[in-house]
Amino acid sequence: MLLIPCPYCGPRPEIEFRCGGEAHIARPKEPVTIGDVAWGDYLFVRTNPKGVHAERWVHTHGCRRWFNALRDTLSDRILATYAVGEHRPDRPR
Amino acid sequence: MAQTYRLARRGRVDRARPIAMRFNGTAIEGYAGDTVASALLANGIHCVARSFKYHRPRGIFSHGSEEPNGLFGVDRGGARIDPNTRASSTEAVEGLSLRSQNHWPSLALDVGAVIDAFSPLFVAGFYYKTFMWPRSFWRQIYEPAIRAAAGLGRAPTEPDPDSYQHVHAHCDVLVIGAGPAGLAAALAASERDKRVILVDEQAEMGGSLLHDISSTIDGGSAWTWLEQTLATLQARSTVKLLPRTTAFGYYHDNHVGLVQRVSDHLATPDSGTPRERLWQVRAGEVILATGAHERPLVFSGNDRPGIMLAESLRVFANRYGVLPGRHAVIVTSGASAYTAAADLLAAGVEVTMVDVRPHHDCAVEAAALRGAGCEVLAGHTVLSSRGRKRVRGLLIAPIEASGRLGARRTLPCDCVGLSGGWTPAVHLFSQSRGKLAFDLKLDAFLPEGSVDGPRSAGAVRGTYQLSACLAQGWHAGAAAVGLTRDRPFKASATRTGFAPLRILPAVKEGGRAFVDLQNDVTVRDIRLAVREGFRSIEHVKRYTTAGMATDQGKTSNMNVIGLVAETLGAAVADIGTTTFRPPYTPVTFGALAGSSRGPLFEPVRTPPTHAWAVSQGAIFEDVGQWKRARAFPRANEDLQAAGAREATAVRASAGILDASTLGKIEVVGPDAAEFLDRMYTNHLSRLEPGRCRYALMLKEDGYIFDDGVVARLKHDRFHVTTTTGGAARVLQHMEEYLQTEWPELEVYLTSITEQYAVIAVQGPKSRQILAPLVEGIDLATEAFPHMAVRTGRICGLACRLFRLSFTGELGYEINVPADYGQAVWDALIGSGEALAITPYGTEAMHILRAEKGFIIVGQETDGTVAPDDLGMAGLIGRGKTDFVGLRSLARPDLVAPGRKQLVGLVSEDARTILEEGAQIVADPSEPLPMRSHGHVTSSYWSPSYHQPIALALIAGGRSRIGQRLHATTPAGFVAVRVRDPVFFDPTGARVHA
Repeated sequence: MLLIPCPYCGPRPEIEFRCGGEAHIARPKEPVTIGDVAWGDYLFVRTNPKGVHAERWVHTHGCRRWFNALRDTLSDRILATYAVGEHRPDRPR
Repeated sequence: MAQTYRLARRGRVDRARPIAMRFNGTAIEGYAGDTVASALLANGIHCVARSFKYHRPRGIFSHGSEEPNGLFGVDRGGARIDPNTRASSTEAVEGLSLRSQNHWPSLALDVGAVIDAFSPLFVAGFYYKTFMWPRSFWRQIYEPAIRAAAGLGRAPTEPDPDSYQHVHAHCDVLVIGAGPAGLAAALAASERDKRVILVDEQAEMGGSLLHDISSTIDGGSAWTWLEQTLATLQARSTVKLLPRTTAFGYYHDNHVGLVQRVSDHLATPDSGTPRERLWQVRAGEVILATGAHERPLVFSGNDRPGIMLAESLRVFANRYGVLPGRHAVIVTSGASAYTAAADLLAAGVEVTMVDVRPHHDCAVEAAALRGAGCEVLAGHTVLSSRGRKRVRGLLIAPIEASGRLGARRTLPCDCVGLSGGWTPAVHLFSQSRGKLAFDLKLDAFLPEGSVDGPRSAGAVRGTYQLSACLAQGWHAGAAAVGLTRDRPFKASATRTGFAPLRILPAVKEGGRAFVDLQNDVTVRDIRLAVREGFRSIEHVKRYTTAGMATDQGKTSNMNVIGLVAETLGAAVADIGTTTFRPPYTPVTFGALAGSSRGPLFEPVRTPPTHAWAVSQGAIFEDVGQWKRARAFPRANEDLQAAGAREATAVRASAGILDASTLGKIEVVGPDAAEFLDRMYTNHLSRLEPGRCRYALMLKEDGYIFDDGVVARLKHDRFHVTTTTGGAARVLQHMEEYLQTEWPELEVYLTSITEQYAVIAVQGPKSRQILAPLVEGIDLATEAFPHMAVRTGRICGLACRLFRLSFTGELGYEINVPADYGQAVWDALIGSGEALAITPYGTEAMHILRAEKGFIIVGQETDGTVAPDDLGMAGLIGRGKTDFVGLRSLARPDLVAPGRKQLVGLVSEDARTILEEGAQIVADPSEPLPMRSHGHVTSSYWSPSYHQPIALALIAGGRSRIGQRLHATTPAGFVAVRVRDPVFFDPTGARVHA
């Protein structure tokens, strides 16, 4: 079970969290103006990289706050966590 | 039986505390400190089991958790029965009853052993090759026969009477294994004020030191050092010692699973003591000092009772004071077995050494042993064994320089020790996602890099010299807590080094040379698998089942890998190991379940009137974790009759329902209205305070996610209801958008589901029933119309009173603090007594809403249903430019013609109640596979419509009103007529009464 550093609560076991998929996919400001293909991409297409991946996580059984995490999908290690709205860190902290 | 093989002195057992047990009904005796294995051997019992496949007699093979043969059904009385329990890891306890397994009618006479005579047939892949044809035989003949023959022990049939605990713990350093390396590591790690946990699977800590009677450490005996070290550790308050505790799994981020056997070793444990504790430890650092397993040698007949690992002979003599026999032959390819031989000689056993290595490779240790009067046959090999239920001799021969065998001779003996070198126990290291590197010199896979980075010390790293194990342990412990001071240990030299050898020379192809004892896998099976084209070690494992038994091949895997490499002509390093998966040794289901059984398996949520409903004899249904009253049947009523009566009563007069399970969320803040506009399809910002609206929530893909009523209490305060099952996910969904997409909105979400009791009073008389109890709210329909909310008092309690209806009748939903739910319920029943108020359950609720064509999310919807599919396009706020899911409603698939749409169905015979989930077809005579036009989502007998009604999702349904279709039933097809989904009061006049 991963130990995930919640930016608000500190390190907590994985069972307290839920993963919300890829981070930094902004909801379009005016969805009705978006074409079908672009909207389909927004809804369904994700990068699924091998290596460092930015993901959204929520501390469901804790502070209930969403945050972002960099996770290495190869080693399954959380490299960094940061608040929603912050830029993706260049280098894992 | 008497302990005829017990030495008068020697060992760590307490001869003042005898223990009586039974083995297959016969009394046996041991001493405190014995394992079941050592006690059996003390009584001269070697043949203890029948093998899995060939039913061959088998004996105790080892002294530890790697045991492949000595598995018992252990009966501790009551329903406390464990199958497949390893004799060498089970402590002797007064009153224990042991049963051997896998034989009929008895251990001595086993009919199944006839299979052994036909063993040439039972080669690798036997089942795959044999039971293919004829195909029809599989189900009736092959499978039942195989099932009857399969398996080892018998599972208990009664519920487990014991209790089990779960413990979560944190520490700075977790040391796994309390042999010399682990003890030194724990000593160093606890030098500073760090929390250290030291675990060991055995009853006593000390590992190899427990049977080392000749080594010295820092000038004293090994046992003295052990005693002092344990005393030192015990005196340190930051150190926790956990004996009888197996680290069975190494998970991410140093999360290690331990199982502690708390009371199995006690004859009469206290009633409150759990049997086992499952520990989940999160450690800052982990030090693996898990030791090594001795490797057996492979030759024909190497599985007879009396044949065991050489080190095990030494352990039984030194630690338990038990002689496994009086005439021993030790067959070895390495030096460590000479120490075992010396210790046995000293204990009075007649020993002959057979060393496969040539004279010059074992000259030093051979000379020492010959000096003690022991015959050492260097450069010899074993051809086969003699005996059946006990080994009687070994057929040996010298290996000539040419490689040919010289003159054969038989060495008579009553026990044999095998030593083919050592295999580091890298299981946990590998589970930590550690990479293994093959060391040619040590002939072993050793820990290299790891994602989680545990440190390792001692034999697990291929370090076999005692002084080096101690120093390495200390170093690992010190480094784990940031100490840099190393500490040397002075210890007497350990005999190390061995010649890698997979199988002994001259193992005949047809012979019974076992590589995996527990699964009866022979050299021939492995070679056949390779010949048949299996190359990957993982495939060879699965095809031959080598290493797949309960021992997971602890003693056999290296020999299998080596044999595959040899047969393929490849390097062992290139073959690699199979994957090491948890658990290291079997873990009981009880320990994994802990207290999560019976009523504690899952939380049960009960609404405020639950106790009352129980007292009324209600039938309950589970809705998520909730227990909801489904109906309140009167004498002789079944569910359908009760549901119909209750539904009729609601339409005729009034009914009362506990609706507290509905999810409730309070949405507060200056931007609450804007936020709800974005979350729901409706225009909720236009809602006046005091009004409420039925609202639909979609997911971004346009499909219906939940529904409920949104009530505006004040400008900036909303009371939102959700479905019973959707309460948690709706809150999460709202939080997600609020936090991640629109953090600029100032809105606060609070779950109030548990804070309010909700009592629905529905029916034409409901206003009359409420009126005497309500203060401060004008109930007149002009002042308090349908879909309105008021705050006031009922029975003197603050309440939120909703006028709404899930029945199609005039109705109210009363929200009061949950603790007062029952009191208000009682008052309402009192007030309605004269008006025949009837408690109703979810069955009547479903009938009433289905008669009105009201949907239930999760019943009429399945995650692929959009609003228009249900005829709810009108709930999409006109002119809204955005809400979650709006854009998707224009996706090509969602606007395509022919989507399934909600309709009503009636069976033409006016009798058949359709099954929910029944498929709808156009033509029952259509050849298979028939085209499905849709399915039934809800179906009831309707007391208001006086015949069965159903709701269904049917392709293009709204354009098919009036058509005749057919529904599947268990008895064939039934003709149905498509109609409008509203069966009762289509104008909706009654709710406005």
